[in-house]
Amino acid sequence: MTPTLLFVQSLNGLQFGLILFLIAAGLTLVFGVMDFINLAHGVQYMVGAYLMAAFSAWTGNFGWALLLALPSALAVGLLLEALVFRHLYDRDHLDQVLATFGVILFLNQGVKFVWGAAPLNVPAPEWLSGSVELADGLLYPVYRLAIIVAGLAVAALLYVLVNHTRVGMLVRAGASNAPMVSALGVNIRRLFMIVFGFGAMLAGFAGAMVAPILSVEPGMGDNILILAFVVIVIGGIGSIRGAFLAALMVGLVDTVGRSFAPNLLRLFLDPATASQTGRAVAPMLIYIFMAAILFFRPAGLFPAKR
Amino acid sequence: MNVTIKTLGVAAVLGLAATPALAQEKVKIGLLLTLSGPSAVLGQQARDGFQLAVKDLGGKLGGRDVEVIVVDDELKPDVAVTKVKGLLERDKVDFVVGPIFSNVAVAVHKPIVDSNTFYISSNAGPSNLAGKSCSPYFFATSYQNDQNHEVLGKVAQDRGYKKVYLLAPNYQAGKDALAGFKRHFKGEIIEESYVPLNNLDFQSELAKIASLKPDAIFTFMPGGMGVNLVKQYRAAGLADRIPFLSAFTVDESTLPAQQDAAIGMFGGSNWAPNLDTPQNKKFVADYEAAYNSVPGSYSMHAYDAALLIDSALKATGGKTDNKDALRAALKKADFKSLRGDFKIGANGFPVQDFYLVKAAKRPDGKFQTEIVEKVFDDYTDAYAKECAATN
Repeated sequence: MTPTLLFVQSLNGLQFGLILFLIAAGLTLVFGVMDFINLAHGVQYMVGAYLMAAFSAWTGNFGWALLLALPSALAVGLLLEALVFRHLYDRDHLDQVLATFGVILFLNQGVKFVWGAAPLNVPAPEWLSGSVELADGLLYPVYRLAIIVAGLAVAALLYVLVNHTRVGMLVRAGASNAPMVSALGVNIRRLFMIVFGFGAMLAGFAGAMVAPILSVEPGMGDNILILAFVVIVIGGIGSIRGAFLAALMVGLVDTVGRSFAPNLLRLFLDPATASQTGRAVAPMLIYIFMAAILFFRPAGLFPAKR
Repeated sequence: MNVTIKTLGVAAVLGLAATPALAQEKVKIGLLLTLSGPSAVLGQQARDGFQLAVKDLGGKLGGRDVEVIVVDDELKPDVAVTKVKGLLERDKVDFVVGPIFSNVAVAVHKPIVDSNTFYISSNAGPSNLAGKSCSPYFFATSYQNDQNHEVLGKVAQDRGYKKVYLLAPNYQAGKDALAGFKRHFKGEIIEESYVPLNNLDFQSELAKIASLKPDAIFTFMPGGMGVNLVKQYRAAGLADRIPFLSAFTVDESTLPAQQDAAIGMFGGSNWAPNLDTPQNKKFVADYEAAYNSVPGSYSMHAYDAALLIDSALKATGGKTDNKDALRAALKKADFKSLRGDFKIGANGFPVQDFYLVKAAKRPDGKFQTEIVEKVFDDYTDAYAKECAATN
């Protein structure tokens, strides 16, 4: 375990955490503000990646593709809201889970119908496709550094939006007590729609950003949705700040833990047992981490409702 | 005497009447493949390969019209068993061809062979079906799963690599893959790394590989995992420094997404699209014309499965009721395989050649694997000796 390797793994963890944050931010708002469980949030990430792939093939330019993919992801989110989700706000959680699960099945099948089952390829832009040498023989792709920068920029933007604008204030108020906000004369339905569309766009943005490094394929959002739920539970439902910190922690714990758990175990176990145990323990780490957090803070780190 | 002649006459008339009826009755083949989910492209390749063969044979197998019933196993063993029972009991198929995945193959094996129906695996070759649980009703036109991994182990050994880094998903096939690699490789394994199944980001593994500086890496990452690993391996600058040995990671199903990133990466296979035989050239050209993609070994195995059935039915005169005769005819495998040398071994699995293949870009801009060298000649799998069935 060298310091360089630890540093690189931390960068990887940071990058993974920021992608998780982009997805979790929308999810935590939708859950917190509207008390709405949206399992279909993961497919919005997938839709973002597919839109990116489609526009990238059409325009042949990364920047234009991203510019087109974002409003399209927003449009898809608003369309889903109007068609499906709007009718579920007053229903109980089980109905929401069933309906949004149906949306997952529908959209996974839908992208396969349109684009086929084979994974799609999105080229990274020319000027971001190189690598920088962090240490002797240790190259780090520039594109991943760009993801980190973009993720941090979106986090900063969200901070300003949520904490220093009128809409942000309403969102925060909605997260802690939605009926009261409504009683004060705010059009809560419109607020819901804005939050929902914005959350869908963030998830779409995450999908578009990872398209060049991951394969774009049906069902790609299903696994990451579980992690996004872990993040919002750790962070406290409805809290952007909580989601940010929790996403970074989950990213770091997962990446660094997976890389170094076997090495740490080797200190007090023989090598064969250590690698066997490390392999078994590494995927559990984030869940152990979540259990530990919830033991001390049952409502998460920064619960929005008090 | 008179009676006998009369009986003979009646029998002759009946026989005459019965023969055309028999000839018109279609031979039924159930294709059980994964046609949905992220791995659907593999099932599509197999389905297209089989149907291309039926088309090339004039819509007939062994002179009989064919009805091909395609079902999707959804990569779920329980779903596959239900659908196979439908094929066997409702459709009364004469052959089941498929599946892609070994867990499905193991699940449907018993219902198929217990019903005395012939089961031709066009891809999956799990070790138990080749060894202890082998059956006289089971044949494969593919390989035993370990064999492709053994190719790379042999290559690593022959090239004198001292330290190799192994990487596989954490499930049965991943563990089998690494075990297959180690069968011929005697050097040092500096790390045996397992990632969760469907892991898509390998950056932390790559950092580890870069810091350990092995002589080569060996990996088994099918489907989307392989697409990601290859692209990220290239982006991390490792592709030019540490040889990338793999199986089921760089092939015609993943190359359309990997593209230039995969060029020069190695795989193990029993065939490649550029294999120089006249049948194969025609097959690849026809397949590309019909389906607008380069065929992979999934298509080739399915095409050969159709040829195998065709050859057996020709030998029995189109009859499927005498199982022993049909089995003997299948075992003979009297057809020209697209891969050249091909025999059916004692356990129903092929005895064939294996090659080291490399991903390359063709002059027309499409990508395919190309043969580098032959690694095994007339190679029998390691489990054949455990098979007690006489088939």
